[in-house]
Amino acid sequence: MLDAEEVRTFVQGTVHFFETATGHAATVGSPYLCIDKSAVVQDYAGVIGISGNREGKVYFTAPRGMLSVMLMCMNETDTGEQNVRDLVGEVANTISGNARRDFGRNFIISTPTICDRTNAATAAATTGRSFVIPINWRSYAANVVVCLQ
Amino acid sequence: MSAVPKPREQLRMMIVDDSNVMRRRIERSQQNERLEVVGTAVNGLDAVTKFKQLLPDVMTLDLTMPEMDGIECVEHVLKIKADVLILVVSALADKATAVEAIEKGANGFLCKPFTDDQLNEALAELIGE
Repeated sequence: MLDAEEVRTFVQGTVHFFETATGHAATVGSPYLCIDKSAVVQDYAGVIGISGNREGKVYFTAPRGMLSVMLMCMNETDTGEQNVRDLVGEVANTISGNARRDFGRNFIISTPTICDRTNAATAAATTGRSFVIPINWRSYAANVVVCLQ
Repeated sequence: MSAVPKPREQLRMMIVDDSNVMRRRIERSQQNERLEVVGTAVNGLDAVTKFKQLLPDVMTLDLTMPEMDGIECVEHVLKIKADVLILVVSALADKATAVEAIEKGANGFLCKPFTDDQLNEALAELIGE
């Protein structure tokens, strides 16, 4: 189970990602413990499996419109399905990878699995309790969900 | 009579990342006139195959990739061309990973996420500008 300091690692990583990659700051709401996991899965989710000194998952889930606008902010002209899916995985990968600054090199991250509405709830479901970190970016809402044993 | 300055050498660059968005971002954002992107690869295995054909002078290399990761890829490409300049571009932000990459033979490390300026500064430093 995560402690408050560990949650802060992911909050800071998320804020840093949006400001640096898109040039537009995100605001982060108060993280909360999740009971109904399906409630936090949106159009797409990039899911990272965690192994090593911790076990679990980290995923980033967002609506398609937000991912398209993020691509545009990164000067990407192709906002098609493939790039939207690619981006949701890259966000999850970056936030998880950056967490190794605090968790150390034995916090081993997988390559991302990308889910959409047809399988997102199943793929993102976790066995333990999850912390949900709400993200507001421009007019959009997304979530980073962290479930670590 | 003053000496004519020698034209600066053009360098052929390869971009290796499993993310299409990231490959395109690096290609679009890099502004160095000496660098010409000659190829891209989607994982370490693909990179080694294409590296043998393209023999680039410079390589940007992700670490977390399917098939073959970046650290293993460094070892392979250095056996093919020992003087290739490798900039690792990775989200893995722990110091030990950066040290390992450098010890294996990479020449620089840029942590994701990055700004265009950070990418161009890292590439300039890599090629000695």
